[in-house]
Amino acid sequence: MIDPLSLAAAGQVGEDFFKERDASSLCQANDANLFCWDWAKNNIDRYETFFIEHVELVVISVLIGFVAAFALALLAHRWQRLRLPFLLGTGVLYTIPSVAFFFLLLPLTGRGRDTAIIALSVYTLQIIYRNTMLGLDNVPRSSVDAARGMGMTRRQVLRKVELPLALPEIGAGLIIATVSTVAIATLAALAGGGGLGEVIVGSERGLGISFKTNLIIAGGLTIGLAIVFGLLLMGVQRMLTPWRRVKAV
Amino acid sequence: MSAMPLASIEGAIEFIFSPQYSNVTGGKKVGGIDQVIELAWNQLWLTIVALAIALLVALPIGLYLGHRHKWESFATAIGTAGRGIPELILIAFFAAAIGVGFTNVMLALAILGIPPILANAFVGIHQVDRASVDAARGMGMSELEILRRVEVPLAIPTLMGGIRSAAIAVVATATIAPYGGYETLGDFIINENVYGENGVLAGAILVALLAVSLELALAGVQRLLTSPGLKLRPA
Repeated sequence: MIDPLSLAAAGQVGEDFFKERDASSLCQANDANLFCWDWAKNNIDRYETFFIEHVELVVISVLIGFVAAFALALLAHRWQRLRLPFLLGTGVLYTIPSVAFFFLLLPLTGRGRDTAIIALSVYTLQIIYRNTMLGLDNVPRSSVDAARGMGMTRRQVLRKVELPLALPEIGAGLIIATVSTVAIATLAALAGGGGLGEVIVGSERGLGISFKTNLIIAGGLTIGLAIVFGLLLMGVQRMLTPWRRVKAV
Repeated sequence: MSAMPLASIEGAIEFIFSPQYSNVTGGKKVGGIDQVIELAWNQLWLTIVALAIALLVALPIGLYLGHRHKWESFATAIGTAGRGIPELILIAFFAAAIGVGFTNVMLALAILGIPPILANAFVGIHQVDRASVDAARGMGMSELEILRRVEVPLAIPTLMGGIRSAAIAVVATATIAPYGGYETLGDFIINENVYGENGVLAGAILVALLAVSLELALAGVQRLLTSPGLKLRPA
């Protein structure tokens, strides 16, 4: 690829030659530009749909994953025999790469957003399950005994003592799961699930996988989204647990 | 509906073991066990090198900070923030800005491996019982000896947890290495026009098998590294 600016500098063509051209195609064609501000300013609205799709993918997947993993954790907490099978089961599902999972599901669910959401929710199961179990395990035995001594039923102990005390770990798991899902959801585009990955690898809606301005905008939006979700959830967690702060595992 | 998936799986298995005709390669056959082994090895090698680089960078920092109990929020925040790296975009960016090929993809993957290793190394060492460390110091051990003979052995479960997370993330992401110009098993998945539907499913099965095998191998390594005295404790 010939660098038009160096051509201009060498006097081979006038600078006007480039000013007359459409700024976007010139920038896309010019390998030397790391980031084209003009193009970005004129085209930023094209990212809106992809961004919204991405947010939807993340929110729906994490919600489904959270409800399922939380239910598994409560079951395993009540019947300890289920602990190991659940841990191993979610562990295997976590180990299978999301890209592979999309395409393993393809014969069953076809291309599209549903397939992406299933694979992404399955990915979050292990993270949320493990952290919820960790939180419940860390509840001091004495607190549970005191609650039982006060005449609370098993259910009341869970709801009023164990779950509130486990909130820091549960929150940490939810934060990690959400931040991870924001990043991995870029791969949903490979299975036809849309999102910010689509703007990179999409054959119809994409803006080019080697167009650096596009990569920087899409990457910036993804990382920004991960940060916003992370900080938002941290804020909620802090509000709900004023008495204690715990680090993620 | 129910017969379709079964047929695809048979096709995928056939694709893995014997080369197939492709529509776009001009008569050249694709798939088959030779290509499967070649691409699987590419993916494994890429993973191993990226992990090794990530270990070289992350382990010393994590161990040092953990031993000195310094920068706790930095070390744990980096573990969470690292999960937000959109690797598809990073690989594509490295390819576009620096160039395609093994080294650039490997570096992008190493960046992905650093945060979990660093964070877990920190947490593992940081959480070691201070009494054990004081006892070791009282016995006249140097700081390096304390780290090597007391803290690291006690932190092995957490430390290895970080390495395993990194390995899972790196081997999974190595699947999309073809976007950076390096062929791995992901090539079967990404280039459906070359390998066909059976190739795509075969690729997905192979990638899943590779990831699960690597995880099992590392779980085995962790058992070997765990001191016999610690194995008695419930996990």
